Amino acid sequence: MKNIWHFYMGTLVLISKGSKAYYCWVLFLLSLMAIGAYAYVQQLNEGLIVTSMRDQVSWGFYISNFTFLVGVAAAAVLLVIPAYVYHWKPIKEIAVLGELLAVSAIVMCLMFVTVDIGRPERFWHLIPKIGLLNFPQSLLAWDVVVLNTYLMINLTVAVFILYNKYYKREPNKKFTTPLLLLSIPSAISIHTITAFLYNGLGARPFWNSSILVPRFLASAFCSGPAFMILIFFLVRKYTKFKIEDEAIQKVAEIIAYAIFINLLLLGAELFKEYYTGSVHLAPVQYLFQGLHGHSALVPWIWTAMIFNVIAFVLFLNPATRRNNVTLVMGCILVFIGVYIEKGMGLVIPGFIPDVLHEIYEYAPSGIELLLSMGIWATGLFVFTMLLRVAIPIMNGDFHVADDGVTSYIGDQLFLVQQPDTINSESEPAK
Amino acid sequence: MSDIKKCDDHVLHKSRRKMLKGLAAGIGLIAMPGRDASASVWEEFFQKHFRELSKDELKGVIARLEKEYSTRYDKKITVKTTPPIEGVRYGYGLDLSRCIGCRRCVYACVTENNQSRTPQVQWIRVMQLDKEKGIDLSHAEHYYNPATVPEKGHFYMPVQCQQCEKPPCTKVCPVQATWKENDGIVVVDYNWCIGCRYCMAACPYGARHFNWAKPVIAAKEVNPNTHYLGNRPRPKGVVEKCTFCIQRTREQPGRYPACAEVCPVGARKFGNLLDPESEIRYLIENKRVFIFKEDLNTQPKFYYFYAT
Repeated sequence: MKNIWHFYMGTLVLISKGSKAYYCWVLFLLSLMAIGAYAYVQQLNEGLIVTSMRDQVSWGFYISNFTFLVGVAAAAVLLVIPAYVYHWKPIKEIAVLGELLAVSAIVMCLMFVTVDIGRPERFWHLIPKIGLLNFPQSLLAWDVVVLNTYLMINLTVAVFILYNKYYKREPNKKFTTPLLLLSIPSAISIHTITAFLYNGLGARPFWNSSILVPRFLASAFCSGPAFMILIFFLVRKYTKFKIEDEAIQKVAEIIAYAIFINLLLLGAELFKEYYTGSVHLAPVQYLFQGLHGHSALVPWIWTAMIFNVIAFVLFLNPATRRNNVTLVMGCILVFIGVYIEKGMGLVIPGFIPDVLHEIYEYAPSGIELLLSMGIWATGLFVFTMLLRVAIPIMNGDFHVADDGVTSYIGDQLFLVQQPDTINSESEPAK
Repeated sequence: MSDIKKCDDHVLHKSRRKMLKGLAAGIGLIAMPGRDASASVWEEFFQKHFRELSKDELKGVIARLEKEYSTRYDKKITVKTTPPIEGVRYGYGLDLSRCIGCRRCVYACVTENNQSRTPQVQWIRVMQLDKEKGIDLSHAEHYYNPATVPEKGHFYMPVQCQQCEKPPCTKVCPVQATWKENDGIVVVDYNWCIGCRYCMAACPYGARHFNWAKPVIAAKEVNPNTHYLGNRPRPKGVVEKCTFCIQRTREQPGRYPACAEVCPVGARKFGNLLDPESEIRYLIENKRVFIFKEDLNTQPKFYYFYAT
């Protein structure tokens, strides 16, 4: 117990130290978070009328972001499988970064759901026994359960491993292995259930397609790992943490397969809708062509399509995949592409045209944009803090001192441009 | 120059102060309902689900609500909890050949059921359809506004909650804030709903409506005869819907729903599906009746028909 307390105090000291770049980044995030908080206060006072959502389009930007971020949280499992099922060393060393990304993404997910609901103070109605969780009838109840489970598993495993490393002990495998193995089906479950949440509604033909779950999984294995690769490059460049090219290439390969499956499934969906040409085509038409002169999403979805196809080519071609510049480009393109396609591109056409075929065009309001920005900043803040602690521990720059009580902090700066001679055993940056 | 700067500073200062104030208020709102809030706020916060309240607790809740509403609108407002009548299952009939699209039902419903006037909430939507195209919703006109109705070549189709026998909306609610009563009416506990709007995504009829802002009704327009599960004033941030005028139809002797009562052409019929002598049973047995979006198997108890 005392050890946990000392560890906790040590992390507080650690996160308060850093280079100028680190302070600037954290301050930047904190100010965006303050703006987001201000927007949320406005929304709490006035009600959700400050958003552009209305009865016709009753879910909007918040739920779109939520849906996308559930996908990003998949990053962890793609590292956990090669690391802990196949015991592949290059990825085992970095798997914890994926778990921390999952934690941050789920935190954002929960925040996006919270700001979307009309009576957030009644959240306790969702707690089993105390409230009245409609389990197993409601898929939203399932989602509450699996998202929180996934969050707890990742947080527990990551913190447990880091905590032991801090005390220079080998983490107890009897504890970590079952949890890590459990995190694999639970990562699958958060996507499956979030897809089911839309999938099960007969009222919305755009979502009522059995291909939705595989589409969710495929796109999740694009966006999450793409973000992960970007983080690997940043971490490698600005901290002393070493990440092998081999590990990055392995993740990139998986992304190439995932983009292919994602595009294939989308194509299958489009074929079915267009060739059948039933009334259920309307939302697809709205998304890709515009309907009765309404076409707000058309430029967005085509941007996404183009980005995804270019990214696919970049990932597929070994030359561009092995080139760090084109690889980063591919990651950015597929991340944005999936953000559009699995965000607004999935949620909004479910409501346009609405169940009585009315068309209400939706675009997020200023408050929605600011508040969402605040949540993204919060997620990045959480992720930054987690990395600030995790990376020095992994590097051996943050551990218990020789007296066994106080903590030794070898890395005072955290974010600094590294010289290119990173691979040689370099001393701490000055 | 310095004047301008001073002025700028002042504005900045003021807006910053306002922002801080707002922030504090917001945090207060999230954390607790204020220090000076009366006990009733806490009572409301901790109120149990309607169906889990004991008799005594229910009495207390009703007394609190009646007091709150009566003070707010400065007149006596009653909140009933009349239970379903044994052996009754409500059914609704709508004669498409008679409806003239006057929307009197829409506004009678708003008045009877205390829907918000700003922003406007309406539980009935009347669509204008082309006679040539029949019931083809992709050509429906929702906001028709001619000087007189009906217009030549058109017919009208009002849609409201279909009180499904298998409601997709209640199934999806994560907190069981909405359910089907024994008389077939689908109701919402406005004090339990968390406002996630999953039910709105699930409803194939657009029958559920959300209070995007605090509902505003002029005190003199408030209908003081209310039911807990029906037309009592709603808070912001919760979902509401048609209840077949639960505050009228569960009375003994019962009254027709406001929409059926006001219809000038007798297009709206209402009755007990379990009573073989009822008008609704006669219609189902003798007219060409259809239900809306039959393929979804929601089994509505709202029957459209053509009497002529």
